[in-house]
Amino acid sequence: MADSTPAAPRANRLGLPLAEYRGGKSTLCAGCGHNAISERLVDAFYELGIPPERVVKLSGIGCSSKSPAYFLSRAHAFNALHGRMPSVATGALLANQGLTAVGVSGDGDTASIGVGQFVHLMRRNLPIVYVVEDNGVYGLTKGQFSATADVGSRAKSGAVNELPPIDTCALAVELGATFVARSFSGDKRQLSALLKAALAHRGTSMLDVLSPCVTFNDHEGSTKSFAYVKEHAEALEELSFVPAREDIAVEYAPGTSLDVELHDGSRLRLSKLEEGYDPRDRIRALTRLATAQQRGEVLTGLFYVNTGAPTLLDQLALVDAPLATLPERATRPSREVLETLLAELR
Amino acid sequence: MSESMAAGDGDPSSPGGARAAVVNDLSIQVATVNGSGSQSANTVLLRAIFQMGVPVSGKNLFPSNIAGLPTWYTLRASARGYVARKPEVDVLVAMNPETAREDVAGLAAGAAVVYDEPLGLSSLRTDLAFYPVPFDRLAGQVSSDARVKKLLRNMAYVGVLARLLEIELPEVERAIARQFAKKAKAAELNVAAARAGFEHAGQLRKQDPFTIRRLDLTRGKLIVDGNAACALGALFAGVTVVTWYPITPSSSLVESLTRYLQRTRVGEDGRATFAVVQAEDELAAMGMVIGAGWAGARAMTATSGPGLSLMAEFAGLGYFAEVPAVVFDVQRVGPSTGLPTRTSQGDVLSAALLSHGDTQHVLLLPAAVEECFTLGAQAFDLAERLQTPVFVLTDLDLGMNVWMSDPFPYPERPLDRGKVLSKEDLERLGGFARYRDVDGDGIAWRTLPGTDHPKAAYFTRGTGHDDEARYSERAEDWERNLLRLRRKLDTARGLVPPPVTDDRGAEVGIIAYGSSHHAVVEARDQLAEERGLATDYQRLRAYPFPEEVRAFVARHARVYVVEQNRDAQLATLLRGDLGPELAARVRPLARITGLPLDARTLTGAIGAAEEGR
Repeated sequence: MADSTPAAPRANRLGLPLAEYRGGKSTLCAGCGHNAISERLVDAFYELGIPPERVVKLSGIGCSSKSPAYFLSRAHAFNALHGRMPSVATGALLANQGLTAVGVSGDGDTASIGVGQFVHLMRRNLPIVYVVEDNGVYGLTKGQFSATADVGSRAKSGAVNELPPIDTCALAVELGATFVARSFSGDKRQLSALLKAALAHRGTSMLDVLSPCVTFNDHEGSTKSFAYVKEHAEALEELSFVPAREDIAVEYAPGTSLDVELHDGSRLRLSKLEEGYDPRDRIRALTRLATAQQRGEVLTGLFYVNTGAPTLLDQLALVDAPLATLPERATRPSREVLETLLAELR
Repeated sequence: MSESMAAGDGDPSSPGGARAAVVNDLSIQVATVNGSGSQSANTVLLRAIFQMGVPVSGKNLFPSNIAGLPTWYTLRASARGYVARKPEVDVLVAMNPETAREDVAGLAAGAAVVYDEPLGLSSLRTDLAFYPVPFDRLAGQVSSDARVKKLLRNMAYVGVLARLLEIELPEVERAIARQFAKKAKAAELNVAAARAGFEHAGQLRKQDPFTIRRLDLTRGKLIVDGNAACALGALFAGVTVVTWYPITPSSSLVESLTRYLQRTRVGEDGRATFAVVQAEDELAAMGMVIGAGWAGARAMTATSGPGLSLMAEFAGLGYFAEVPAVVFDVQRVGPSTGLPTRTSQGDVLSAALLSHGDTQHVLLLPAAVEECFTLGAQAFDLAERLQTPVFVLTDLDLGMNVWMSDPFPYPERPLDRGKVLSKEDLERLGGFARYRDVDGDGIAWRTLPGTDHPKAAYFTRGTGHDDEARYSERAEDWERNLLRLRRKLDTARGLVPPPVTDDRGAEVGIIAYGSSHHAVVEARDQLAEERGLATDYQRLRAYPFPEEVRAFVARHARVYVVEQNRDAQLATLLRGDLGPELAARVRPLARITGLPLDARTLTGAIGAAEEGR
């Protein structure tokens, strides 16, 4: 063994090892679902070979919003204000549409204080992967209910939630988001496929990830605990992500699968468990989400996708180069233009 | 009230008596109803006087309503170039039945009243010159369409005034042609209405002393409102991202800017070098500016008081995370929703300290439309140089009224993009620390997201951080960071526009800023001419205050600080800056009515204070 050369570290198509996609050491609780999501994000960026320098990571405030520190250290990050990450992300992409944006939010951040900005992010179809790390509870302020907590669910203190939850996925579909899915932090395979597909999608990808809070919301009576979600989760379809560069003739059983082609040529393959479910049907998505809620099911999978809608950036018809770094000659009109405009005021 | 009438030495109780002519020094007030379409007529009147070379200013005093409430337009012609509001009305055009009697009652003796004949105002007083005009009949001669007639009534009073005040009819027609440049039929009808008014006025006997005579004092000048001037400033600063939420009186700033951008910054392929986004509220508008500024764009928003309140949280983040941003605040009257269509300088303190904790911002304070352009453009350089939000404070009077101005100078200095490290810089340096003060000016170097270097990235946050942008709650990190931010503000003192000072060694100093300037110019003349009181004057153009401000206060025994708010907001900032000994010299002179400040108020207040000292 002494004379064998060590194996070269595995690298992605950019030649970068996985380590280059990692972040700082997590300060979240051990076993927190958010950490698993960070790991899936690391994998997704690595496997897709996205240069980390082209990525911006944005978040609001809360446990979830600490996450950007725990993946992609080589990417710029902005830990903004509580509930107001969507506007910061919008500004950043207006300045530089060449960036790949991933926003990490929480259920409080998205569905309560930030619901206004969330709503408008969805309807603008800004190209961003927007992940809600959803545990139904406020962790950093130690255990209050959030607006995604289910009716009848119990807080650690024993208090019972009386108010109906906001289904962020139903809201996103209703508002025009073009990629809407729900997953579970413990479902490695499904979450990975969805994250990769979300990154390949050009438009707002809204991904609600149930991520149990091991400290405040993983007890009996919680509907966002590991045990509850595992027991009640029902996948709408089985998902496989097929990267653009891979041979797409993967075997699948005809008649039970549907391929959705994403913007970069990748495909999201859905092996349908539910007869006739087509995620391109917006009304169907809304109906199915409403039914699941009525039944107390935690429905996961891709609910809705629309690859044909223009993004906010398309609508603005921006020049190709980032607005942020356009040279003065492109942004300051000439002396003659000033003369012309002033002449009109004489 | 009658002081300004001192020039007329005739007996005001007998109109038409031997009063000396009052030439090129008069105010006209047109009282109409919101939504009646008088704005075009008033603009034509102003422009006709302007074209005759006579300095003129116009102010629209309007209610926060779409239609039906009283509105007044005041126009002032002044051979001496005074453009502040003059409270005394010399010529009243009474078109609104609701206010006509009150408007007439408020006039000083000797004023003239052009009124809609059915209002029957001439019996109200004997010390005014009354000119009844059958506006319906005149408009009816031009058109039988009821809606058109209503609009033409307005142009008919322009014709009447032209005859009475000797404004040259061809200049009125030229102004109409310009006003309706793209609507030949409307131009034709309006010219006919003006002529009908002019003809009718031939039957009236001139009983007042006011006339306009041709001068040569407006050649080469512009007529423009402050919001459009700010928009041009932003355009020539190379703005790339504009986000906003509509609010009076700032909306027209972004609307003008959008039009200018669409005309000048769209390529032949239809692609734009700018983005304009109407946000869902002011929080989002400011958030987008912060996001765009962080990513390297020249980004701005425009708002007014209530919007500024909503931007507070992001303003603090911008200050602490050190992100460039430009905010135009066109001030209206607060607190709360206040008087949405009235003017004030009431946001000075809140803008300077916007957000919680130890937050301080850079303010720019243009006084005239030309400075709306120059300081509006400079705001972007300062924001990027200082990596901080910069607030340009104008007001409704400056922003929404049209003013005469010299042409705006093309910016000669290249854009200042501030301390940004490129990929090449990073290769040379091997890395950087985002919040380290390597130059001693409090301003650290930054990288832009997307910079293609493994060491380019840093973590931006509103929580405590060390100079490598890592989260930190360590006491020494916090203190060092906040002290550096203060050092940066000291650097700002030397970078912001210095005050404009007229110091001739008088004992009394006046400090003012923004649109109050115009009343001060006139009040200083009144104080000198009427009371023999010489004053020095320093007009501030920015906060934090440059060193010259302290020197000015130190040289004067008493310094009156003039501003349009209740609480002497700038004086408060000034006193804090000066320290106790010099602060005692500061005499706040704050007035707020919602109407633009007038000289007479200042002359009275300063005069009385000086007599009583």
